[in-house]
Amino acid sequence: MTCHDRILLDDWHVVADLEHLRQHSRQSAELFEQQLDINLRADGSAEVRHKETGRVLPSQIKYGFVWVCVGTPSRDIIEIPEAGEADRYVVSGGSFPVRASGLRVVENFLDMGHFPFVHTGWLGEEPHTEVAPYQVELTPDDEIIATECYFYQPVASPTAEGGIEVEYKYRVYRPYIVSLYKTNPAYPDRKDYIVLFIQPVGPEDCVVHNMLCYLKEGMNEPDIRWFMQLIFAQDKPILENQLPKRLPLDPRAETPIRADKVAILYRRWLRDHCVSYGAIPAA
Amino acid sequence: MTTDMHSHWYPIASSSDLPKRHVYQAKLLGREFAVWRADDGYVNVWENRCLHRGVRLSIGINDGKELKCQYHGWRYANRTAGCTYIPAHPADAPARTICNHRYPTQEVHGLVWAGETASGELPDMEGFDEVTVLRPVPVNAPRELVAQELRHYVFAEGCTSREEADGSVIVTAAGGPSVRLFVQPCDSNHSVIRGLLDQASEGAERVAILKHHNWLLEELRSRIEAAAASMETPEPMVVTIAKVSEDLVDIPPASEDGRQAELRVQVTEKAMTAEGIVSLRLEALKGPLPTFQPGAHIDVHLQNGLVRQYSLTNGPGETDHYTIGVKREPDSRGGSVAIHDGVAKGDVLAISAPRNNFPLRRDATHTVFVAGGIGVTPLLSMARTLNSQGLGFEFHYFVQSGAHVAFNQAFGEMGDAVTIHEGLSPGETGDTLRDVLKSPGRARHVYICGPGPMLEATRQIAADAGWADEAIHFEYFKNTTERDDSSSFEIDLARSAMTLTVPSGKTILDVLREAGINMSSSCEQGACGTCRCGVIEGEILHQDVYLSPKEKAEGKSIMTCVSRAASDRLILDI
Repeated sequence: MTCHDRILLDDWHVVADLEHLRQHSRQSAELFEQQLDINLRADGSAEVRHKETGRVLPSQIKYGFVWVCVGTPSRDIIEIPEAGEADRYVVSGGSFPVRASGLRVVENFLDMGHFPFVHTGWLGEEPHTEVAPYQVELTPDDEIIATECYFYQPVASPTAEGGIEVEYKYRVYRPYIVSLYKTNPAYPDRKDYIVLFIQPVGPEDCVVHNMLCYLKEGMNEPDIRWFMQLIFAQDKPILENQLPKRLPLDPRAETPIRADKVAILYRRWLRDHCVSYGAIPAA
Repeated sequence: MTTDMHSHWYPIASSSDLPKRHVYQAKLLGREFAVWRADDGYVNVWENRCLHRGVRLSIGINDGKELKCQYHGWRYANRTAGCTYIPAHPADAPARTICNHRYPTQEVHGLVWAGETASGELPDMEGFDEVTVLRPVPVNAPRELVAQELRHYVFAEGCTSREEADGSVIVTAAGGPSVRLFVQPCDSNHSVIRGLLDQASEGAERVAILKHHNWLLEELRSRIEAAAASMETPEPMVVTIAKVSEDLVDIPPASEDGRQAELRVQVTEKAMTAEGIVSLRLEALKGPLPTFQPGAHIDVHLQNGLVRQYSLTNGPGETDHYTIGVKREPDSRGGSVAIHDGVAKGDVLAISAPRNNFPLRRDATHTVFVAGGIGVTPLLSMARTLNSQGLGFEFHYFVQSGAHVAFNQAFGEMGDAVTIHEGLSPGETGDTLRDVLKSPGRARHVYICGPGPMLEATRQIAADAGWADEAIHFEYFKNTTERDDSSSFEIDLARSAMTLTVPSGKTILDVLREAGINMSSSCEQGACGTCRCGVIEGEILHQDVYLSPKEKAEGKSIMTCVSRAASDRLILDI
């Protein structure tokens, strides 16, 4: 299977973490089942070639990652103001390969209901399992936003002490890019920010790159990385045990509940944008 | 796709693959199964995915009564595979149509047998009454190839082999034992050889037998795989995953039809469980009983035409029967007497499927149960659930005397959590309740069921002590309030675009039914909550005892069996 979704082919995708690339100055990657060679030039820019044809693909370095477009770029890389704020650490938690569709990863990221069961003792704990009603909307910019998402968390952040009621805001920018804004106990009016840049390696394989923008106060970079890796290591075995591996868009393929409101909209949005790569389109 | 192959029985596991509380992953004809044994011994063979998000149930948790998904904690009942609890929405009873796919299964001769649509008899196993189950040997080869080669299995001098009608092979040593070999077709190029030796064995002798056959079967495996390697590898089998029920797509659960007695059950036990209280054990005449949740009740249709509601007292996983407790009411209108005097062991009764309008939240750190007399029944089922899950609770059971304590045995399992209060006066009861309910708090809930006056008093005491309206849960047996049906008003049905008139002397429910609108109902006196309907506009004259004061004040729903409009018109969300 190859990708025919114009919306994905003409978009930018992360294929390498710049820090990692700097250590080796060249590495290979796979995107939409196509092999790519990535070279770091002396001037600090990157060159991405299609391995089979040798064609040089449009690429950019932004937010500490190498971005590539296998088609003709139809829009810019997303704007993330948080990445430029001086009082934040901006770090990568590591690039995680996952044997599942990247769309499944997005949906898992948007889900609060699994906290007590998958992230037991950290992002949730039984018996506090209720997902209270929250707001979901499609913005004029064609993004999905979920707000007023509250959940009780025993250890909500790398440096949390004691349980707190956390507020989340979720945002889906592109089919394979999703972020969250999360309560920072030290700053009532500001939020920590986490974004996933998911590299669709194949329809049932992906690499999850991430950028973590935490407010510096009381925080340090190793703990931010450690926390992300702890949490993602708990998600990975669940993601890899979902059947089917691709995300089904037929409303009757799986059983949604009220807590899945944002996932329901995400699946519908993918269907409306004719995203089929990593999905099982509705019949 | 269902073919002839899917209607056969195949061995898919050894009995020893299902030790206590384990979940075993099996595969047959391309389809994965989650196989687990409940504490009552029943073997469940289910589709290996949670209906919610498709996570394999073989990585779930078998608590002996239910299987819990690792992802969101959804619980599925032993035997019925019905979903009993969705933790993200603790106040809701899961829709009855959320039920996993079960596959026919039997456990015989040390093997677990299954088939996607298997029916009929298992292969004739004459001569294999006493067996040793050999270690299963996986083979990367198609079933046909494996089956052909089984005939060449030699485990002793002078072996002869013959193929049986079911495709298995019996290999007999000269004057010695026989081995019967079956093939489990996991996928197009993956099979498992499962064998039985026709003699029981144990200890060192068993180990020697298993080693001997394992070594020889491994040799056979190498030969078969060598042959398979020279052939073209077939494409993996494609299985279809059935779609979920249509009513689950739109999030609100669909209402069920009318007051129906869709089940036939047999009374298999009838016994006095306390003074004036009889317990009945009801078993299905055929097929499994529908899944119940703690707090659920059934309608029992009696021979004299009366319909009565009784709560199930079952604990989690007790899915092969329903148990109800019935008190002989001195002022009975004929329901309880008909059961006490007219129903005998062996009788067949018509009942409805369980409905749950009194759901149990399991997100409380502490739950207080207050039961008065026969009001113990729904709370017993709830307490057994929390007890099984290890969630904190205390159970206060108010009775006239020790002789009135029903279901003693079930209470025995709960130890110190249970306090029986015997023979208290109303004043003493009040004092006790004030003490019991003195500490409301976050994630603390109270459930009350009992006679009307006690229930009223307990609700008031809880409210006075500071328990939030949402934390006080109650169920009345009956509605004893005076009801007025003299008014006449109009109802607009928003979704069906109809306007109907409810005249004096008729209920909204009556009028809806006359207009051909199917509305579910049960008690029809404003106590059980089954006929609840959303109200979009209009003032309501609430005459039920189901809704909480807060719900009544909000005016968003109405019990159509007793409540009416306080204005000229109601707009209903149907």
